[in-house]
Amino acid sequence: MLKDADRIFTNIYGLDDWRLEGARRRGDWNGTKEVMSKGRDWIVEEVKSSGLRGRGGAGFPSGLKWSFMPKEPTGRPHYLVVNADEGEPGTCKDRDMMRNDPHKLVEGCLLAGFGMGADAAYIYIRGEFYREAEHLQSAIDEAYEAGLIGKDACGSGYKFDVYVHRGAGAYICGEEMALIESLEGKKGMPRLKPPFPAVMGLYGCPTTVNNVETIAVVPTILRRGGDWFSSFGRENNTGTKVFCISGHVNNPCNVEEEMGIPLKELIEKHAGGVVGGWDNLKAVIPGGASVPLLPKSDCDTVLMDYDSLKEVRSGLGTGAVIVMDKSTDVIAAITRLSKFYKHESCGQCTPCREGTGWMWRVMERLVVGDAEIDEIDTLLDVASQVEGHTICALGDAAAWPIQGLVRHFRGEIEERINNRQQSTEVAA
Amino acid sequence: MTANNGQPKEFSFDKSHDAEARKIIGRYPEGRQASAVIPLLDLAQRQHGGWLPTAAMNHVADVLEMPAIRVYEVASFYTMYNLEPVGENFVQVCTTIPCALKGCDIVLDSCRDELGIDVGETTSDNKFTLKEVECLGACVNAPMMQIGDEYYEDLDAEKTKVVLKALRNGETPKPGPQGKRKGSAPAAGLTSLTERNGNKGA
Repeated sequence: MLKDADRIFTNIYGLDDWRLEGARRRGDWNGTKEVMSKGRDWIVEEVKSSGLRGRGGAGFPSGLKWSFMPKEPTGRPHYLVVNADEGEPGTCKDRDMMRNDPHKLVEGCLLAGFGMGADAAYIYIRGEFYREAEHLQSAIDEAYEAGLIGKDACGSGYKFDVYVHRGAGAYICGEEMALIESLEGKKGMPRLKPPFPAVMGLYGCPTTVNNVETIAVVPTILRRGGDWFSSFGRENNTGTKVFCISGHVNNPCNVEEEMGIPLKELIEKHAGGVVGGWDNLKAVIPGGASVPLLPKSDCDTVLMDYDSLKEVRSGLGTGAVIVMDKSTDVIAAITRLSKFYKHESCGQCTPCREGTGWMWRVMERLVVGDAEIDEIDTLLDVASQVEGHTICALGDAAAWPIQGLVRHFRGEIEERINNRQQSTEVAA
Repeated sequence: MTANNGQPKEFSFDKSHDAEARKIIGRYPEGRQASAVIPLLDLAQRQHGGWLPTAAMNHVADVLEMPAIRVYEVASFYTMYNLEPVGENFVQVCTTIPCALKGCDIVLDSCRDELGIDVGETTSDNKFTLKEVECLGACVNAPMMQIGDEYYEDLDAEKTKVVLKALRNGETPKPGPQGKRKGSAPAAGLTSLTERNGNKGA
């Protein structure tokens, strides 16, 4: 188990002062100038050696992503955009970081921004997080006032601005290209890649989009060293991670743990175990609503990291663990997610716009067994035609939960269809 | 200008909202003021009692020197803009999967029962509008609802009613978890960060 001394988010529950004074007491903004004096390349290399991968869901190596930014000034501004549009069902970690530890994010913006040669950071926070945006803005104001950011950030001679931008309710804006569009004042409809944001992002300028957690861990990594961070977890799956454990557990909570902690240990140690005991477990969605669910047999042994979850054909995603006990109607649960994706599809790509609604309607019938057995394969076929055929990953995210459901609970779906057919025959 | 009934003929930012709007526009590079459209529409909605009439969209278009159609597009795309009048207390109950697993139906029923309205309706005294929404990002504190800018978390049937009753009486119920715990900490006591804070439970 991770020691408290190795936890980055030491105020995640908001038990201590979130303002600058409290943040300094917890070690934030300590020696920031010295870190900057080691230079841009050193920062990028250190983050590369830490093994940090994006914490927003895709898991792309962060240092590598930063190295795609232009090495020299291009005559245009360069931007860091922080994705704080937290909306992946099950996920509520960035919220805690912004309301209880906002200075980690502000300092992270400066150090990551300096490392990638950005002139300013925009933090795009979902509009519903009104109080969280207030805390973040206060932290930014404090940082300007203390000379930590602005014209001469931390006395380094580097000019760096940080802005908060509130969204207005659209899951799709968590997709980086939709987020950029939205930040430019448009509907949140994803742009086709390439060109990638590092070449042509916000206002057509070089841009890197990173998740809140990815940026907020950077100052600690740079202060304690990439080796320290990579000493947790295993190769390719290093560091600490904030997990959100929701659903049928005795004590739902957020907690920072070592990457690669066994799922069972995570649930039992921190969330008080599954309601009714481990044997009452039916399934777990291990990384936010978009990743395929796991049946109990996988949950018994799987480790919470990128590669282990990939091996069981799911994913770490955002690290949001949604636990379902045996009282759950798992078909109805996944149908609820299908409704979510239908609601959140931006409507730009036909397979997603039409497919999400179509899949949801079939799922609604499967809940009551009002279908033919071979419709299950038709559903899988349609899901595979949505997956990978859209500009952004929302189409994939709509397909995966359904594919996971059929993979692991096909018997249950068929049983429901058979039962209904039998009962209608009896009635007739 | 009519307050909450039908489309007003005119709208413009009052002094304090205008100052706030200027401040927001200043966050974006010159010539990129369209970036401010989302926050400015939010300001307009706040000034106009929680909903966004066409006149307000036109005003925002003028302020930002944008074609009005671009503003309408944005206003109709994002779910936080109410294009029709809503009650004083805008109650949004999350019903996405983590909340569904933890009994959001009970919360919704409790709202229906206490307010005497169904989802999508407004009480006759205009005090409450009830809405069902997708994930609000407070999943480990499920089930939850948002009223205005505040989150009310760890709800059950009774706690939901307590919050609504307080609002009806003009009181300000304490936002956040409605039980004893703080934030997203485990309710039975801390399992981490005990060395710093002392393991006294959250």
